[in-house]
Amino acid sequence: MTLGVIMLVHTALQRAEQVARHWATHGVPVVIHADSTVSRARFEAFRNQLSDLDNIRFSKRHRCEWGTWGLVAASQSASEVMLKEFPGVRHVYLASGSCLPLRPVSELIEYLAARPATDFIESATLADVPWTVGGLDDERFTLRFPFAWKKHRRLFDGYVELQRRLKLQREMPDGLVPHMGSQWWCLTRQTLSAILQDPRRRVYDRFFKQVWIPDESYFQTLVRLYSRRIESRSLTLSKFDFQGKPHIFYDDHLQLLRRSDCFVARKIWPYADRLYNAFLNAPGDNLKRTEPNPGKIDRIFAKAVERRTQGRRGLYMQSRFPNQDWEKGFTGAEYSVFEGFSELFEDFEPWLARVTGTRVHGHLFAQERAEFEGGVDVLNGALTDCAALRDRNQRSFLTNLLWNTRGERQCFQMGPADTFRDIEWDIAKDPNAQVSVITGAWAVRLFRSNQDFAMIRQQAADLQRREAKHLDVLRSQYAKARIRIWTMAEFVENPMEPLQEIISEIGPTDYRRLTEAPKMVNLTGFAQFLQNLKNQGMHPYLTGDFPNTLEDLEKPRKPRKPYLIK
Amino acid sequence: MGAMQAYGLRLERKRWRYRAMRKSRELSGISVRTGHIRENDLLVFSTMRNELKRLPYFLRYYRDLGVDHFLIVDNDSTDGTADYLAQQPDVSIWRTTHSYKRSRFGMDWLNYLLMKFGDSHWCLTVDPDEFLIYPFCDTRPLRALTDWLDASSIRSFGAMLLDMYPKGNVGNSVYQAGQDPLDIAMWFDSGNYMIERNSKYGNLWIQGGPRARCFFADEPAHAPALNKIPLVKWDNRYAYTSSTHALLPRGLNLVYDEWGGEKASGILLHTKFLDTFADKAHEEMERRQHYAGSREYRAYADKNAGLPDLWCNWSEKYINWRQLEILGLMSKGNWA
Repeated sequence: MTLGVIMLVHTALQRAEQVARHWATHGVPVVIHADSTVSRARFEAFRNQLSDLDNIRFSKRHRCEWGTWGLVAASQSASEVMLKEFPGVRHVYLASGSCLPLRPVSELIEYLAARPATDFIESATLADVPWTVGGLDDERFTLRFPFAWKKHRRLFDGYVELQRRLKLQREMPDGLVPHMGSQWWCLTRQTLSAILQDPRRRVYDRFFKQVWIPDESYFQTLVRLYSRRIESRSLTLSKFDFQGKPHIFYDDHLQLLRRSDCFVARKIWPYADRLYNAFLNAPGDNLKRTEPNPGKIDRIFAKAVERRTQGRRGLYMQSRFPNQDWEKGFTGAEYSVFEGFSELFEDFEPWLARVTGTRVHGHLFAQERAEFEGGVDVLNGALTDCAALRDRNQRSFLTNLLWNTRGERQCFQMGPADTFRDIEWDIAKDPNAQVSVITGAWAVRLFRSNQDFAMIRQQAADLQRREAKHLDVLRSQYAKARIRIWTMAEFVENPMEPLQEIISEIGPTDYRRLTEAPKMVNLTGFAQFLQNLKNQGMHPYLTGDFPNTLEDLEKPRKPRKPYLIK
Repeated sequence: MGAMQAYGLRLERKRWRYRAMRKSRELSGISVRTGHIRENDLLVFSTMRNELKRLPYFLRYYRDLGVDHFLIVDNDSTDGTADYLAQQPDVSIWRTTHSYKRSRFGMDWLNYLLMKFGDSHWCLTVDPDEFLIYPFCDTRPLRALTDWLDASSIRSFGAMLLDMYPKGNVGNSVYQAGQDPLDIAMWFDSGNYMIERNSKYGNLWIQGGPRARCFFADEPAHAPALNKIPLVKWDNRYAYTSSTHALLPRGLNLVYDEWGGEKASGILLHTKFLDTFADKAHEEMERRQHYAGSREYRAYADKNAGLPDLWCNWSEKYINWRQLEILGLMSKGNWA
């Protein structure tokens, strides 16, 4: 009889009874503290159920509200009973009614017997742990907390604020150094009795009564005064989520819990029949197990917290809808937008797909339909090319496209003839976007079209106006995309250098020099076409200063660098 | 939100509650077993009309999840729905012959029942063709979820409506009573949903899926809403405002995270598209009792004389909740 268990019980009494019986029948004395909110009738029934076991005791009942002194008082009373009634107990294990022993009791006894003077209690100095939830760390000790957080939230917050304003502070008694950690400990008789019989205990108790969540700091702090050997970890597997409440174990965690080799786990869902059956009734296997190894469980719960706080970037759904601009960039993956390229080059899209190995769409925001790669009408995720559906919510359209094709870089074309008014700001502000623009390239399509010149002039004026507005957006101080802008004249002069730059930014796949260039459309007569527009009073200034004749085109000119807006 | 707006919403909430009370006179109890409801029981609320064929599977599905009692409004069924339900020991039914439309599509009746019997219970409000999927639903009963929600101080749980459809024409396979409708309607759209925020009620407004794709491509603004908040720890002061898309007080609509994290959420598998769909569409076309002048059913009827085929190359075949989680349609949140 070297081990004794203290159980703090408040709900699910049946399960608590089952576990208490398990400890007791394996020769471990149990002292049970039942919350004073448990009705007298229920408590009596509970006590009667366990009356056949002579190594179970009940301690004075306290009101245990979360975050208040009651939990410490309960542990104290129960500890006193344990130390007094069972003199053979060397280690006292603090557990709750929803704790479940995972390994045979004999193994725990053996483990503790091999470490007779060791106190297992997680105890870390406040300054060094980031655990605290809710913004109160030092202030847990320096302020007073007479109001329960769960019931009197306003009073609680108001009183904290008041003390901050008035700069009211308390000193730790006797220069104690505040320590914190899991409330589930396993202490030696020597240490525990030293804490409980300390002549200064009244002073400490008075101080900790007004500390916030004292059950995570009372024993953790005082143990530092007396313990000869502290193992700063809890023998109870207990994981907390981002709100500071314990994760719960269910039937489907059976294998995980088995493999964790932990002695006790908390908190078990009371209806998890399979877990209770497996761990309380199963005969111990003969595996030689040593140290607890909760690594895998740790990872699963750490992931759950990450999912809750970070989520999957680029995903918009019913339970993840980040406010606009509250997240850096609105997409989850990098993508490239090309403006003017498929006008200037005859085979730009297939060429780009070949060189970069990405998915290259046409004008996704074309007026008639979304021009998906290969001209298909439905894409991944059953996203359709229907313009009305797309324009109903262009943001959703683009984020859906990028989410549905995640893992694969997307490239698409844009131009002033498209309907992108709802999306252009989003793209410009998105650090995931790479936007490359050849201004004035729309003129090429007009140049090659077979229309009345009056009509062409009208369209050119229209497109130029739209593109100018669009460029204002791209050049705005809020733009965070990687944006490159060339006039068409600049680009035509030396197309390979900028293409190389864009391509090498897209992927590490092709660090080699470009060996194959896309085929530029035949621009013979284009200069004259621009001149005709000018003669009609419509100056296509966005195309840049185009040389008037072909000879000029051949003439070497000093190349200008493209500018990059970051 | 300003004080005026908050007060406006408060008045609106009271109005819905008053209206529900008034409309309760249209209900007459046929077989009311609400005395059997114990503390903490899980309750299902539903309005239905001529759903006899779907009922056996519907009841079994939710009983298996651990639902303790069903509270159902039968809107003038002629196929024996009420008789069938009256034989079930865990069902209470009320009958009405009044207008579904003028009861705001059944919501007034259900608001009343929720008010009267739902207080401090977890209440699931679903149609007979909707099946709730939530994280770990294959290994954990519904009570595990509601206990976790309680422990996390969460009062409402969102579950988007996911339209399921068969491959080929909707009427090709005949649905038998008691059969799992997912045996037939096993396909869905995984990534074409459009989301907006409703600034008044604070809920998300989700549209898309096969109905938007096939029936509302020319007027997407009218496509049916898919956002739903069917599972609520009910309190006497609450009221659903329009179907189960939104509630008041508006804090209940915040089933999504605004900072980039994911809250836990589920899916309502919507198995409307079975062979029974054609009869429903014709009937509702005549009754004009559905949302926006039965526009939805009219759109189906206009599509072509025969039954539609909603399947496309990128339709996804339903496997389990984990698949829906990976696709990003629902989330485990921080439940592990």
